[in-house]
Amino acid sequence: MAEQKRVERPLSPHLQIYRVQLTSTTSIFTRITGNGLIVGTMLVTWWLLAAALGPEQFAIADRVLTSWFGDIVLLLSVWALWYHYLAGLRHLYWDTGKGLEIKTAEKLGMACIGGSLILTVLTVIII
Amino acid sequence: MRYITARKRAEGMGAAHHGTDRHWYMIVSAVGLAVLLPIFVYIVGNAIGEGHARVIEIFSHPFNAILSGLVLFFGMRHFAEGSTMMIEDYWQGVPRRLLVICAQSFAYGVAAIGLFALAKIAL
Repeated sequence: MAEQKRVERPLSPHLQIYRVQLTSTTSIFTRITGNGLIVGTMLVTWWLLAAALGPEQFAIADRVLTSWFGDIVLLLSVWALWYHYLAGLRHLYWDTGKGLEIKTAEKLGMACIGGSLILTVLTVIII
Repeated sequence: MRYITARKRAEGMGAAHHGTDRHWYMIVSAVGLAVLLPIFVYIVGNAIGEGHARVIEIFSHPFNAILSGLVLFFGMRHFAEGSTMMIEDYWQGVPRRLLVICAQSFAYGVAAIGLFALAKIAL
């Protein structure tokens, strides 16, 4: 009797057999970029504090931010910022109950990836 | 079957026990930040690499100071709630509580440092 009642249920995601999809990848990157942005925020906040404290303090922070290390962190932060920004807009759109079909969600995911890269390049050009 | 209204059944429910409050807060702060952030990126992006005097001049301007303060404060509130959500997804029990306290305090700390710096420069 128990056998007859068995039905095909969707399995919950299991990491070892999980096939990576665009929708899940763009979703986890929203979380990674959002939390990762704390690094760039700390760097900029430290730089602001140094500027407030005086020229000697500022010189140290300025040297770090304009070094290759600072450049890499800031460039990654700008990309993370735009990615999280677009992914956030996507969530706002989803919250209206629209765009949740898989095809549309995948298109929106591609838009987040492409858009964040374009905006990062634009930011580097403008600034 | 309990004889209560649908509203009574919904009140105080949900795994978080506070309904959709945080989700709504994330929406509100996200919309605010979406407006402010492009301007903030422009201001800070132009200021980084400049000399000390120029940086002080930029953040002495009321518009730049107020906007940067808003972005730092609400950016950190948005971060605190977002990272709390992440912590609640991956940890349980005492570690969860400790991590949430750490994340919240840390976000307030960063915001305080930023606001102090901006106030000291602008005033």
